[in-house]
Amino acid sequence: MALFGLRGVSKSFGGLQVLSDLDMEVGEGEIVSVIGPNGAGKTTLFNVITGVYPPDKGDILLDGRSIVGLEPHEITKRGVARTFQTLRLFLNMTVKENVMAAAYGHTRAGVLRTVLRTPGMRREEREIHRLAEECLAFFGERLVGYRFDQPAYSLSYANRRRLEIARATAARPQLLLLDEPAAGMNPVETHEMTELIGRLRAEAGYTILVIEHDMHVVEGISDRVVALDHGVKIAEGTFDEVATDARVIDAYLGSSRADRM
Amino acid sequence: MAGERPHPDVPTPRIGADEWVSREQEHREGRGGLTGRALSLIERIPPATWLVVFIAIAAVLPLLMNTGDLNRYGLNVALFALLALGLNVVVGWAGLLDLGYVAFFGIGAYTYALLSSSHCFTETTCGVHWPGWATIPIAIATAALVGFLVGLPSRRLSGDYLAIVTLFFAQLFLTVAAQGDRVSALGLTSGVNLTGGPNGVPDVDPIRIFLIRPTTVEAYYYFTVVALVIVATALWLLIRSRTGRAWTSLREDALAAELMGMPVNSLKLLAFSIGAAIAGLAGAILAAEQTGVFPGNFNLAILITIYAMVILGGAGSMAGVVLGAIVITVVFEVLSPTTSPEKLSLLFYGVILVALLVKIRPWWRLAFVLGGTVVLGYAVRVIAHAVSASSTEGEVVSGGFVGDVVELLVVTPAQPGNWPKYAYIALIVALLALTRLDGWRRTLLIPPTLLLAAFVWETLLVQQPTVTRFILFGALLVAMMTARPQGLLGKLRVEIV
Repeated sequence: MALFGLRGVSKSFGGLQVLSDLDMEVGEGEIVSVIGPNGAGKTTLFNVITGVYPPDKGDILLDGRSIVGLEPHEITKRGVARTFQTLRLFLNMTVKENVMAAAYGHTRAGVLRTVLRTPGMRREEREIHRLAEECLAFFGERLVGYRFDQPAYSLSYANRRRLEIARATAARPQLLLLDEPAAGMNPVETHEMTELIGRLRAEAGYTILVIEHDMHVVEGISDRVVALDHGVKIAEGTFDEVATDARVIDAYLGSSRADRM
Repeated sequence: MAGERPHPDVPTPRIGADEWVSREQEHREGRGGLTGRALSLIERIPPATWLVVFIAIAAVLPLLMNTGDLNRYGLNVALFALLALGLNVVVGWAGLLDLGYVAFFGIGAYTYALLSSSHCFTETTCGVHWPGWATIPIAIATAALVGFLVGLPSRRLSGDYLAIVTLFFAQLFLTVAAQGDRVSALGLTSGVNLTGGPNGVPDVDPIRIFLIRPTTVEAYYYFTVVALVIVATALWLLIRSRTGRAWTSLREDALAAELMGMPVNSLKLLAFSIGAAIAGLAGAILAAEQTGVFPGNFNLAILITIYAMVILGGAGSMAGVVLGAIVITVVFEVLSPTTSPEKLSLLFYGVILVALLVKIRPWWRLAFVLGGTVVLGYAVRVIAHAVSASSTEGEVVSGGFVGDVVELLVVTPAQPGNWPKYAYIALIVALLALTRLDGWRRTLLIPPTLLLAAFVWETLLVQQPTVTRFILFGALLVAMMTARPQGLLGKLRVEIV
């Protein structure tokens, strides 16, 4: 059975139908890309999955259980973590604190245990430190060592994107949602990001749903590609199938161009 | 002052280090000399050592002061530090602009007072005298509960909207406190005296926790310091825990925090409740220590004072807000009407002189300013004397050496008339001009400004101490906040990058 599935999910804002009757499945260990022109509803899809907005209709299943109607932090606790297209780091916290903060959902110690410094709380705290360092070490030398104590605002753009992914992994998700992980990166960094997404599955075992505009990245990472336009799934399949699909070309280039081609 | 940076003799740019790292290092290395080394040394002292130093100083303070001073400085500082630490949880860590904070202070105080005093609720129900070990926890819990309840409807609000709702709550509390002496439920019962109205609750019992029975100022001082140390330690542990990290995360970006698995709404309520609980504790101590509570103890001026401490010290920094409480309380007490004008004058000229010595570099510019002031002052005085002999026959407030210097350089008319008022306006214009000028023009303008300031001080300000107190206090706050916008020990925060 698929790890994650959408069943007829619809969402509209006022008169604008952003997602309509969307079905999708992501199997365990799969990397699925969502593509589509700007305004196709990709980020809204992520927002609906993570509980920022409830869907108007339909069901969202994780591990066979519905996550519709849960608070966003509960959905994260169930195993869905995401990054943001417009970066949303905790800018005035250090690199390590950013990652440690995301361990909140799967840790326990409350105010009383913290103030009394119980052995369990101290063990948990050591574990959070270890987890954070491990999550950051996944990105090689870029976010470790002296970077631990550096405030997030001092990072370069590419490192911020990496830090967002590290933060999401510290929430220990099953499903990782990456919203344009390669946006604003140069070709070398983009290539690196492609490899990194592959490693996130191969080494860390995440199932990944990714929104991406860079077709090199999409081609490099995807098991399957889903194309959206105006909230409707217009194509699904391997990269080659979707890339040559008439409706996809149509959506990206406009119908008149497509007719001439 | 431009061009005085250490010469850029850095060999080759270090590969792998970025701008932030090199800037930090430059910042550290740039502080050469004795002060630089002292600062680096201070930075390396661990926080536990600071706590020990703080406790040691706090412990010997009563030996160095008389009871009146201990009350004004020691006890006030400790109480305000407690309040500032509590507000820092809400404002500095969780980033919630809570303007109702002072109400929790009041709720703690009133709860303690109503349960441990000779207050009469009705003609027959009088004098509930519960001991402190029961009433202090009840006061803390009541404040925390009300904090929770106020947070409940406001947890979805942020920024200015939250500020308005909580400010309304503070005002509501004040109204109830000042008029709650005849409360009747729907007019069915005869009035119950809940708060004592404008007269407050007098005859509050001293704290009795088994063998701990403070009665003197010294005892209350120690009691408050112990409470302060316990609260500070607990908060220090808390901010380094998952709860603390979650608070700062929600301050930075509430939506991202929620999506990273942190229950933002409950965390806000927790911050509200813990802040309120600390304010409640401070309130209970206040009630017992001054053996009474009055609505005036919890007005908006107190709220603003606590905010000033948090902001001046550096919101988010525990050491900072405690320092803020110390600085503001001490400055306010030093400027109080009980301080003699002579001492105040000494302080006034002293601060100006120190500021000149610190701020004006290099030395020849400073020499020009001081020399220019002397020459100009003497010349103006001679001319004024030639024009009208009475213009130099007024009294100088300052005594001793400072008085002699002032008498030599500043025009001190026996009958100043309207001159001080014109001079005051001219002084403000000159100060504004100073902020707009730089280089030689600024240096040229400083001596006449200094003389104007001295003239206004001697003829106008020192004669009206109550007004002067607030002018100086405001000027000091403006100066400190301009010098360090992030607060004394605060970290500069970046909003958008």
